[in-house]
Amino acid sequence: MLIAYGEESRNSNISFDPVGTGKSVNEASSSGSCAEDLEGEALLSAVRSASGNLSQDCVKTGKALYPASSLSPGRGKCSSNFSFRPSGDAVILGCDKVPSYISRSVAGSYDNEAVAIFALIFTFYLYIKTLNTGSLFYATLNALSYFYMVCSWGGYTFIINLIPMHVLLCIVTGRYSSRLYIAYAPLVVLGTLLASLVPVVGFNAVMTSEHFASFLVFIIIHVVALVYYIKGILSQKMFKVAVTLVVTVGVAVCCAVIGVLVALVASSPTKGWSGRSLSLLDPTYASKYIPIIASVSEHQPPTWPSYFMDINVLAFLVPAGIIACFLPLSDASSFVVLYIVTSVYFSGVMVRLMLVLAPAACILSGIALSEAFDVFTRSIKFQLPGLSGNSHSGAGDTSSGSATIQDNVAKADKQSSTPKSEDTLKERPSRKNRKKEKEHVEKASIKSHIEKRLLVLPLEASIISILLLILLGAFYVVHCVWAAAEAYSAPSIVLTSYSHDGLHVFDDFREAYAWLSHNTEVDDKVASWWDYGYQTTAMANRTVIVDNNTWNNTHIATVGTAMSSPEKPAWEIFNSLDVKYVLVVFGGLVGYPSDDINKFLWMVRIGGGVFPHIKEPDYLRDGQYRIDSQATSTMLNSLMYKLSYYRFVDTDGKGFDRVRRTEIGKKYFKLTHFEEVFTTHHWMVRIYKLKSPKNRVRGKSKKSKSNSKPGSTTSSKSGRRKKNPWH
Amino acid sequence: MEALIRGRLALVFFVLPFLSLLGTPSYVSSQELQIINAERRIDLTSHIVKVFLTLKVENTGTSPASEIILAFPPTQVEHLALLKGAATVGKRKKKNYVPLDVNPTELPDGPNGTQFFSISLLNPLNTGESITLEVLLILTHSLEPFPREISQSESQLVYYHDSAIILSPYHIKEQTTYIKTPSTKVESFTTVEPTNRLGTELKYGQYDGRPPYSFSPIIVHFENNHPFAVVEELVREVEISHWGSIQITEHYKLVHGGARHKGIFSRVDYQSRPSISGASSFKHLLASLPPRVHSVYYRDEIGNISTSHLRTDSRKSELEIEPRYPLFGGWKATFIVGYGLPLQDFLFESSDGRRFLNFSFGCPLVNTAVDKLIIKVVLPEGSKDPSAVVPFSVKQHLETSYSYLDVIGRTVVVLEKENVVPEHNSPFQVYYNFNPLSMLVEPLILVSAFFLFFMACVAYLHVDLSIRK
Repeated sequence: MLIAYGEESRNSNISFDPVGTGKSVNEASSSGSCAEDLEGEALLSAVRSASGNLSQDCVKTGKALYPASSLSPGRGKCSSNFSFRPSGDAVILGCDKVPSYISRSVAGSYDNEAVAIFALIFTFYLYIKTLNTGSLFYATLNALSYFYMVCSWGGYTFIINLIPMHVLLCIVTGRYSSRLYIAYAPLVVLGTLLASLVPVVGFNAVMTSEHFASFLVFIIIHVVALVYYIKGILSQKMFKVAVTLVVTVGVAVCCAVIGVLVALVASSPTKGWSGRSLSLLDPTYASKYIPIIASVSEHQPPTWPSYFMDINVLAFLVPAGIIACFLPLSDASSFVVLYIVTSVYFSGVMVRLMLVLAPAACILSGIALSEAFDVFTRSIKFQLPGLSGNSHSGAGDTSSGSATIQDNVAKADKQSSTPKSEDTLKERPSRKNRKKEKEHVEKASIKSHIEKRLLVLPLEASIISILLLILLGAFYVVHCVWAAAEAYSAPSIVLTSYSHDGLHVFDDFREAYAWLSHNTEVDDKVASWWDYGYQTTAMANRTVIVDNNTWNNTHIATVGTAMSSPEKPAWEIFNSLDVKYVLVVFGGLVGYPSDDINKFLWMVRIGGGVFPHIKEPDYLRDGQYRIDSQATSTMLNSLMYKLSYYRFVDTDGKGFDRVRRTEIGKKYFKLTHFEEVFTTHHWMVRIYKLKSPKNRVRGKSKKSKSNSKPGSTTSSKSGRRKKNPWH
Repeated sequence: MEALIRGRLALVFFVLPFLSLLGTPSYVSSQELQIINAERRIDLTSHIVKVFLTLKVENTGTSPASEIILAFPPTQVEHLALLKGAATVGKRKKKNYVPLDVNPTELPDGPNGTQFFSISLLNPLNTGESITLEVLLILTHSLEPFPREISQSESQLVYYHDSAIILSPYHIKEQTTYIKTPSTKVESFTTVEPTNRLGTELKYGQYDGRPPYSFSPIIVHFENNHPFAVVEELVREVEISHWGSIQITEHYKLVHGGARHKGIFSRVDYQSRPSISGASSFKHLLASLPPRVHSVYYRDEIGNISTSHLRTDSRKSELEIEPRYPLFGGWKATFIVGYGLPLQDFLFESSDGRRFLNFSFGCPLVNTAVDKLIIKVVLPEGSKDPSAVVPFSVKQHLETSYSYLDVIGRTVVVLEKENVVPEHNSPFQVYYNFNPLSMLVEPLILVSAFFLFFMACVAYLHVDLSIRK
């Protein structure tokens, strides 16, 4: 096992993002939860209207368009109407505190993901809304919210692949309708046009493979639409002829298009997929070919504890929610199932995508919870004599019967310690719906009432189950509060530790950045590992060589090469980049594990990927990464080692590194091309200045006295030219 | 700096002819004033130079004299932060100091470059009478670090330039100058016989019977590791809210004004040998704030700085702040200190119905020179006719600023002064007219906005806007 370089927790990676300073903590948390509430509400109404309106449409349009084979209107309508309505509240309860979200906003700073998840869920909501209503208005809104998502996060490709998948699923299972067409076709056309307006995306919206699935499905849905249209205007016999005709033509066209696409894709070296997307499909891809992606700890596969940490009990409720979605399966619920399945897969590939899983898990566990409460409270209601006596008999006034059931659900919800405001929240839509539903509820509810009577559970079992569910929810709340307080609310730029004499603050990063911003020239350039790029730009207000934007791999590799080289070549590389200061993060004195020595192997790998003279085995002793006396000489002479441990032995006389838990290998050495200009209080950040070239030449001429002066200078110049990776 | 030296040289060359022109009758001598005894004590222990001058002046002429002229070389006047004069009244035990007005003045035949200040006496000095004057002179940036750049392990040496003989338009019978250095480490000093050095004190004199405009330049080169904390610019915003609080925000641009730091900074040396390494650097600053201060914060542009301590008692509050990093020569830091104060301690109503703010001028940091101080008093919206009363000359102008819910904007009284020292921490007043009703404007805006919003909601819910019935 290498020493801990891959073990930094994900919140150590938040430090890669610049921390905003303006907003107070209160502001942030309140607005954050507002946004999340909004999402929950959106989902609530999405799922609700999904089930409600779907059955309504079935009744209205009847058998005209499409055989209602799998949809049993009667049962589907009633049970779903009653069970799904409170699920929105449960979703809100889950969503507003899920730790996975809280990890994305710390002390007033927001990741773009914090915005993007709202956009993602809102897009899904509008998609389902369009699917249920068939309204072009919502379809347009959907395209706009997709545009918002494209603007905010690269994860928009998830939408543009998930929705086609769902459309395809609907077509395959025979659920094609004009509403599906309206939900999908405008999204592809408008969405792609809008997406290509975003500078980062541009022509990628039509050129890269991530988007091809949507175009393929776009073609398929047109073919299917044509089939349904022809079927409508032709007689039975003529249709059979037409089917064969259209299918052959359609297949031929599809094959041709697919052939063209495959040819296009195969012509590009990465098969048209960007590295990040490829590593999603093939988890081993990145670590094999793109070290810069693999080096980010957010891109590592998660461990099981991180699931428990981030979504907690939701993980156990999700399977129940999936089952609930199949009773009955509607367009909306099938979408939810598809969403959870894909997001579980993606979160298994990358820790960061846990964020996409979180809302899906919240939706499904919300459905599961409310479904469970529904079943249990119904069982109690039918068995408690007092309660059933109060309620009207099922055979009587049907509308009031349904109302009492709703009331009971409301009571059950009150029991589950949900806020009071939910009552009003629930009342409003139910009042609106009731008028519409009145006519067709009547007959069905009698039947369902009898059916429900058969589905009761024992009284004791249901009471205990309700209590246990409430307990589970309470645990979830406790966990979320704990996670938010302990794990996700500490800005990683300021570290704290508790000791016997109270809280100790390690504010070294800002100390160094403040020093840089006040005591160096405005146009000085700072080189550091790319993790600190945005921070240096924002907090120290200095130009950096590489930052957290990893689009330009070569630059990062150059800095990696310099850090892995001995002093002189490193000086030459930095000098050619016009660097004045080099910043390294060193945790050996106080035991801060995510320092540059622990990241050093990635610098070697990334540097070696572009400049082959840097070889990883040179830095490893028998495959082991070590910095003690057994370390290789390449390692001990590398710039990173020297800058990190310069005069470290003077602190305790032995040079004991508290992160690696060993004494360092090379203790006494001098720097020839760099000088220490600043080290923070706990030694966590060390800043070195490149010595001016004049000094360097003088030192050199002293050494090579026999050489004639002009000769030596020319040789040094040519030597530099050879090794400099820029020439 | 070069201009400064050139100026000083020019002065020396200019004064020399005067030394040769002894006994030339002049305007001053026509006044027939002479200084019987002059004692000067120069305190060089910190980076703010304090000169205490005790003059015993006698009128030997025929007409009564109403003012006494002081002369200073232009290099000193350039760095002059404060000049105060007082007359001593009473005998030894019951000494009283009566402050006197000091104003710059021009003398037609003074040596070119020499600057004059006149002290106006309360009662004219009649023939044969004498008076004892106390003059306090405070100079900033008068200690010139030499060597200009030092490394971490060196201690800081500075030059102090002055004249062994007091520059004066009058004949001085006897005079003595004492110079106090912070430590016994004095590298060199100019000797003008008789000169004595005893411990931390240098004594020049006593010199007898020196004619007007005598000048004898001296240089003292000594060690001074006192923190040279200089605030390049300090902006203090005082925002008055008649709802009960005064909010103060102070923006500091701090610099270490001593010898520049050269070469490396080694944390090992700094932490393990604090007495030797970085002797002239400083890491603590003390700010004395008014009592009953609340909601104190200390931050810079990248967030809170956690190294500060606040001690409060009933008479004063002390805020000990530590910049993010120790300051070596030439290093800079910026930070913001803010706090709130109860309104009733500082806002009063004068007898004519106007309100006035009584607040302390100057910088709260102890022993710090401020190159440029800007005080912005933000009056509440609706206040009229502001006027500021400051005990010394400042530049004044008015601005308008906008805050939340402001319609016409708030009047801001801006006071600017350069070269401010702790001795300037005296109260100043800002008078203005204020109608208490204008306090209600902003709540009314909010109330009406919410009212309209709710009314709109009510209207929306009660009106059926659908086209189809």
